[in-house]
Amino acid sequence: MLKRLALAAMVGGLAAHPAAAAEISDDAVRIGVLTDMAAVYADLSGKGSVIAAEMAVEDFGGKALGKPVTVISADHQNKADIAAAKAREWIDTQGVDMITDLVTSSVALAVSEVGREKNRVTMVVGAATSRLTGKDCSPVGFHWAYDTYALANGTGTAVVKNGGDSWFFITADYAFGHSLESDVSKIVEANGGKVLGAVRHPFPSSDFASFLLQAQASGAKIIGLANAGADTINAIKQASEFGIVAGGQNLAGLLMFVTDIHSLGLKSAQGLYMTTGWYWDLNDETRKWAARFEEKAGNKPTMVQVGVYSSVLNYLKAVEQAGTDEATAVSTTLKSMQIDDVFAKGGKVQPNGRMAHDMYLAQVKSPAESKGAWDYLNIARTIPGDEAFRDPAASGCPLVN
Amino acid sequence: MSLFDGGYTIRRFALSPRRLALWILTAAVLASLPFVVYPVFLMKAMCFMLFACAFNLMLGFAGLLSFGHAAFFGTASYVVAHALKVWGLTPELAVALSVLAAAFLGLLFGLVAIRRQGIYFAMITLALSQMIFFFALQAPFTGGEDGIQGVTRQPLFGVIDISNNLTLYFVVLVVFLFGLFVVYRTVHSPFGQILKAIRESEPRAISLGYRVDHYKLTAFVISAALSGLAGGTKALIVQVASLTDIGWQMSGEVILMTLLGGMGTVFGPAVGAVVVVTLQNYLNAFGSLVSIVIGVIFVICVLLFRRGIVGEIQARIGR
Repeated sequence: MLKRLALAAMVGGLAAHPAAAAEISDDAVRIGVLTDMAAVYADLSGKGSVIAAEMAVEDFGGKALGKPVTVISADHQNKADIAAAKAREWIDTQGVDMITDLVTSSVALAVSEVGREKNRVTMVVGAATSRLTGKDCSPVGFHWAYDTYALANGTGTAVVKNGGDSWFFITADYAFGHSLESDVSKIVEANGGKVLGAVRHPFPSSDFASFLLQAQASGAKIIGLANAGADTINAIKQASEFGIVAGGQNLAGLLMFVTDIHSLGLKSAQGLYMTTGWYWDLNDETRKWAARFEEKAGNKPTMVQVGVYSSVLNYLKAVEQAGTDEATAVSTTLKSMQIDDVFAKGGKVQPNGRMAHDMYLAQVKSPAESKGAWDYLNIARTIPGDEAFRDPAASGCPLVN
Repeated sequence: MSLFDGGYTIRRFALSPRRLALWILTAAVLASLPFVVYPVFLMKAMCFMLFACAFNLMLGFAGLLSFGHAAFFGTASYVVAHALKVWGLTPELAVALSVLAAAFLGLLFGLVAIRRQGIYFAMITLALSQMIFFFALQAPFTGGEDGIQGVTRQPLFGVIDISNNLTLYFVVLVVFLFGLFVVYRTVHSPFGQILKAIRESEPRAISLGYRVDHYKLTAFVISAALSGLAGGTKALIVQVASLTDIGWQMSGEVILMTLLGGMGTVFGPAVGAVVVVTLQNYLNAFGSLVSIVIGVIFVICVLLFRRGIVGEIQARIGR
């Protein structure tokens, strides 16, 4: 502690010197990657997110305003209290300036509050909840890759437009599932589709037989899975055992990642619709980046991992442009920037902190179509950023009005 | 006299010079600790220490393994979060309310559960706490799986500003010492003696004319109330209430802490809690290593020192 004080005093002395013009707190920009290292979301974020953040720092040249940029990471075990405590500790004792990834909604909401209180930038990439840019939005908080609204909207609208006009929902029986179901139902109906019914399953659940049979009997063209994680995986596996897709009905996963497809296998997942913010096989630039990432991490990047890369890169750009790492100034700069990198083209940061960029409706390939590992998705439709994300004025975020 | 005294006799609370010196030393260490170690971590550790000691009242002294203590811990943290955030109460009122809520819940659980022993008691408490978990998941005010975030640390008694971690540390320290004192007095009282008698042989306690169920129920309520005190204080510290606090894993964690530290010693569980919380905090950068290390330590503990850390030390010194 005393050492730290002495150091702080020294740094303070240096900063007071007129030659040191750049305003970087304690002479370094520190980026914290707070993620799930070992549990359910470790594959789609985890170590890959840390690697992606390090790649961003490396691509930026390792320095911002002439000061070194460092990346530190920790495991939040998907627990909001551990995450909030870690974030506080990072900010209080290690001088962390920005925290990113934050997979799991409860974690993201908790750390976003810490960021608001302590005036530090939080850039949520991994978590889904649209509350982050709705009523719980923060002036220094950003939501980078996707959110529940974009997924529901993307999948709902696009599937109906592609002919899937009758829906049946299998919904996880808790707040997240209910809100996802009601969001998608509204979108389906607004686009001229019909919702034939819904069934609620306990959370978490491993036996979906009776729910799938009801869905099958409903005769709906699309079976919407308003659940997440292991529940979705189980439902899809069992649906394939019941021959639901073979029988002419299609599944629509409302919260799915390419790693889920990887663990399910194409045989079980084929024909499934999902919305994603990024896919490694979009164009040459994404393929090149993915190959670089794969060399270090051993697998293709997910949209969360590339999103972490993008968030760190653009944060550093904003620091450079703002001439400081003070959170409010950086946030204002970020909101005025155009986001152009491997993750997003022509992305815009809205006043509520939402980064709006193109989303993609994808359909999972059949085993015959796929050319090998990680060749899983056909992009059925590109959803432009303005259409994919919620209108900030309707988000309920107090910052907008 | 050792600090970790599991004693089977009632001792007077007299201050010998040696004891006074020990107390002064302890106080000095506690007062200077937050300047060395990050205070939020210390406060969290204290909450778990209190939680483990409260749990040990049931397991170590009444001989009943409750697998549902997370219900009290978690309910209290939700009550504090809601009271501070939505009702705007002052922290002391919020925490008091949470202790009452936990005690009431403990009474309900106890009325159902204390009629059975062993695995049946554990299963009943687990089932009841799962019902509370389900309630926390579904009820509108708990925020479901998102929990309650952004709980503000309102000024204590409306005057003392506790948004500063250091100030809060000393407040939590007082709460923590008070909790431990209650545990200590409960164990070293005629009431505690009878609890131990019931643990050793329930039929004999009955034959001596004690109304065993009343004693067990009272112990359960005290244990629940103190667990609530720990949970409520934790919500104040981390400013979050979430499903983590109320899930069955938390009930499991507190059992682990208690066994590791030494079941049936007064402050052993506190030591176990410190070990577990420290490992969780400092090994956290290595991902899954935490679970593995804690698992290995637990296996070693079960194989080599079954009395737990403090239990073993005590046994060695006592020899």
